[in-house]
Amino acid sequence: MRIRCPFCGERGLEEFSPKGDAAPTRPALSNKDPEAWHSFVHLRENPKGQHREYFQHSGGCRAWLIVTRDTRTHNILDVTLARQEKR
Amino acid sequence: MQRYSAFQLFKQALTGNTGWQRAWRDPAPKPRYDAIIIGGGGHGLATAYYMAKNHGMANVAVLEKGWLGGGNTGRNTTLIRSNYITPGNTEFFDHSMTLWQGLSRDLNYNCMISHRGQFVLAHSPEQMDIYRHRANVMKGQGIDVELVGLADLSRRIPELDTSPSARFPVYGAIFQPLAGSVRHDAVAWGYARAADARGVDIIQQCEVTGITRAVDGRVTGVETTRGPIKSDRVGIAVAGNTSEVCRLAGLRLPLESHCLTAYVSEPLKPVLDHVVTFGAGLMYVSQSNKGGLVFGGAIEGYNSYAQRGNLPRVQNVVTDLLAMFPNLPRVKLLRSWGGIQDMTMDGSPLMGTTPIPGLFLNGGWCYQGFKATPAAGWCFAHTLATGTPHPLIECFGLNRFETGHILEEYPQGPEPMLH
Repeated sequence: MRIRCPFCGERGLEEFSPKGDAAPTRPALSNKDPEAWHSFVHLRENPKGQHREYFQHSGGCRAWLIVTRDTRTHNILDVTLARQEKR
Repeated sequence: MQRYSAFQLFKQALTGNTGWQRAWRDPAPKPRYDAIIIGGGGHGLATAYYMAKNHGMANVAVLEKGWLGGGNTGRNTTLIRSNYITPGNTEFFDHSMTLWQGLSRDLNYNCMISHRGQFVLAHSPEQMDIYRHRANVMKGQGIDVELVGLADLSRRIPELDTSPSARFPVYGAIFQPLAGSVRHDAVAWGYARAADARGVDIIQQCEVTGITRAVDGRVTGVETTRGPIKSDRVGIAVAGNTSEVCRLAGLRLPLESHCLTAYVSEPLKPVLDHVVTFGAGLMYVSQSNKGGLVFGGAIEGYNSYAQRGNLPRVQNVVTDLLAMFPNLPRVKLLRSWGGIQDMTMDGSPLMGTTPIPGLFLNGGWCYQGFKATPAAGWCFAHTLATGTPHPLIECFGLNRFETGHILEEYPQGPEPMLH
């Protein structure tokens, strides 16, 4: 698996650290519903197919990336900078 | 069922081996069963066997989308052990070890169970202290375990680098004599044959494509590639694909699927009598009866349903192996293969009832699915037969994340890749 870092170009997987699913969004801190927090902390879609996930280019420029990848084939479809996403 | 015995072997040899019968039938699915188990791996087949044997329920179907034991049952490193420290895990895996001990006789099938013992190495005095604590907990539970010093260790594993100049110098080890290895295919085949003999229908090449439910939410059966099958009770035992199958019923689970790779070397003369686990990284090795070194390491770290890993992990695992056994670098790697694991948010399995009446779950096994096979089957059979979780698996309930009763053997937080 090789990931194309927007700054450094295509690099081997060993330069990157995975950090899991990019889908969960943290509930507002004023949210007191335990169900919403349980869902954010624990529950995952875990799709067989396209998956958006965080990787950090820890062995390179240290940028946080969002990689869209097919979990069946390890085929990488898209790489963007995490900070460009509105959170 | 044709009983296997030395006499039978002798008799068949004299008659040209023409009298052997099929090990299990190949039935067409019936329209209705008392219970359906999705997944024909070790866990699903063991569940069917214990439902028939312990609970007298023989009108049961096991549905398998491929062939028996073609998933994780045939993809692990065949190791069994019960060196757990957390209440809940200790009792459950001890029960599994008890069942392993009598399994070949119980199933009338040679599972080639070899209690060759497992050493987990300590690489610092502090790590020895942690193992002393673990050993005390295990002894308190009645599990046989011993701490082994350096001199004894180098005598029992002569090839191990115990010199002070080793990359990670070894200080000692914790040893469980009952741990060992089991021929994993034989576990699937033995349970299949014994369950079939008691009347269970094992249906291969039958993929579940839907879970049908009544208006009030109850499970009424499954849709499959071989037509609909009705049942009030459906058990899921499809570790690796648990999220996908549960999605058919609208369930989201606290787990991710990750790939773990196992490796086997070319056959060697006997060099390793025991299972050895590296203590300065995640890596374990044993020698198979054919002579190949069978070893594995950590998962890849990112979600995957591809049954193959990537090269950085190969290098990492092999480096760990060579740190322990520096005399092996010229041994050739024969092949490697990946299995897809359910990695849960706390590293412990998900077993028992679900919010959907009639739907039962057995999954989330992380690294521990194979060694759990007999006890998981035993307890899941109880759960399916009675509708309530077996006491040994109450701690593995799906709702523990909501109630805060997390069961972490190695505290890492809700990060599946770290468990």
